[in-house]
Amino acid sequence: MSLAAIDSTSPTPQATAILPQRGIGDRLSALFWRRPEILLVVLLILPLGWLTVVYLGSLAALLLQSFYSIDEFSGLIVREFTLRTYLELLRPANMDIIIRTVTMAAAVTLGAAVIGFPIAYYAARYARGSWKALFYLGVMLPLWSSYLVKVYAWKLILAREGIITWATDLIGASAVLNGILALPVIGGNSLSTSYIGTWLVFLYVWLPFMILPMQAALERVPQSMLEASADLGASRLQTFRTVVFPLAMPGIIAGSIFTFSLTMGDYIIPQIVGSSRRFIGQAVYQLQGTAGNIPLAAAFAVVPIIIMLIYLTIARRKGAFDAL
Amino acid sequence: MPSENRPPLALTISAIAGLLFLHLPIALIFLYAFTTDERTYQFPPPGLTTQWFAVAWNRADVWPPLYLSLRVAAISTVMALILGTLCAAAMARSRFFGRDQISLLIILPIALPGIITGMSLRSAFAIMEIPFSTWTIVLGHATFCIVIVYNNAVARFRRLSGSIIEASLDLGANGFQTFRHVLLPNLGSALLAGGMLAFALSFDEVIVTTFTAGQQSTLPIWMLNELVRPRQRPVTNVVAIVVFVTTFVPILIAYYLTRGGSEIAGGGK
Repeated sequence: MSLAAIDSTSPTPQATAILPQRGIGDRLSALFWRRPEILLVVLLILPLGWLTVVYLGSLAALLLQSFYSIDEFSGLIVREFTLRTYLELLRPANMDIIIRTVTMAAAVTLGAAVIGFPIAYYAARYARGSWKALFYLGVMLPLWSSYLVKVYAWKLILAREGIITWATDLIGASAVLNGILALPVIGGNSLSTSYIGTWLVFLYVWLPFMILPMQAALERVPQSMLEASADLGASRLQTFRTVVFPLAMPGIIAGSIFTFSLTMGDYIIPQIVGSSRRFIGQAVYQLQGTAGNIPLAAAFAVVPIIIMLIYLTIARRKGAFDAL
Repeated sequence: MPSENRPPLALTISAIAGLLFLHLPIALIFLYAFTTDERTYQFPPPGLTTQWFAVAWNRADVWPPLYLSLRVAAISTVMALILGTLCAAAMARSRFFGRDQISLLIILPIALPGIITGMSLRSAFAIMEIPFSTWTIVLGHATFCIVIVYNNAVARFRRLSGSIIEASLDLGANGFQTFRHVLLPNLGSALLAGGMLAFALSFDEVIVTTFTAGQQSTLPIWMLNELVRPRQRPVTNVVAIVVFVTTFVPILIAYYLTRGGSEIAGGGK
């Protein structure tokens, strides 16, 4: 029953418990109470206006730019609709960049799932009390601490004269390290100039984004199901394979959305740790900056959006959004 | 099931190894800030010294980026606090048409890779011929900070029992008084936590910033330049510690402010 209803049925306001209205604040409150949709509009108009104009507007500008092209002689942007810029993406050099980036994103996602799972599983199932808080902080702090500092730390670690070389020398495993670096494609001069190095840093920086949704999904696995599985004679491994893992899958997919998307859109890490072969992010950054080719940069930036849209569609079907 | 609640040894080891993998690299930064080695990243450090802190303090080129970063982070945080809280107030209790789309729109700036947000803003500035300034940086930062404040505020709004708002209204307070005296004190720590996280995120952001800063240099951009073309490595190490601490402290405060999410204000009836 609303205030208005009481008001209209009571001829003498003094006889009821309703106080007389005292000013603009009261009148506005009464209006919002009677018409909640007005309050909703008032609340949402600023943030939605901002996000629509600044964010969606920018995304539209990105799309628009990607349909422009650049005049090869003057270097000026031709503001006419064309698909020529997108066709340029299909050139072998550019396709290489796209394939390299997607492969790296997949490798990072896989690595993060493998390394992250024990942490998530332990935190969800065995950690109690202060251990639980420790695991939570242990994942949250690296997630939130400075991105650039983390990348920098890895530059120190992977450098030729850095701690890894020192440690392998110490235990007499430098032959193993050199053997790994001598591998074709993923190897290189030193860890900090190889794909292995790039992969390691990506893995490190995005790992917490994989752990948190995995842990959330694992925490929802009811204890009774594990007991039922054990009662029915399943071994630990069987229970894990047929009960725990399928139930954790939406969490893993949710985590993979982050690791995949973040790896695809990063240009700092491969620039600082890695071979000189470029990723999508680097291509975008160089094209819009030194090369001044904003249309091609925009077209390149549309590629991760499309890949992520496909990825999200698949993830949605697998129920990953419930685990976020 | 006490016997079932003992974790397998392999699991414990890999979980702890995983946590160490997450934390040891950061510890290394602190060690390197004291090294006497100036030219390489030699490990172990040949000697230890505290001189680099003084050297970094006296470097004139570090201060303007630091001020710019602090200014951008402060303005972005305030804007995100206002916009995020408004969003959370609208979305927490009501169900309406288009609600899911709006929540997607709020999350999008942080869900899509930074390079897309950055390149989008860059495209828009190019089309509208907006010159780069502090405000072009703020535009980007405030946009992706909204979701941080929103997440914290909306969680608190949901935990607030509706009955305390109704009680306030029954006792004759109007909507604004209820907001001032009932809602705000209850939201306070969640907003503070959200603001802290937004500040940390903005202070540290580099990918979007490189697209929206033009020739300006925030502290992370300064650091990035040093990483690509090192000039004085020990100074970079010291700045890395400053950046780390400036983001770490607000995060820790935010954690303590929002800890213990189980008790519900006004829900103990």
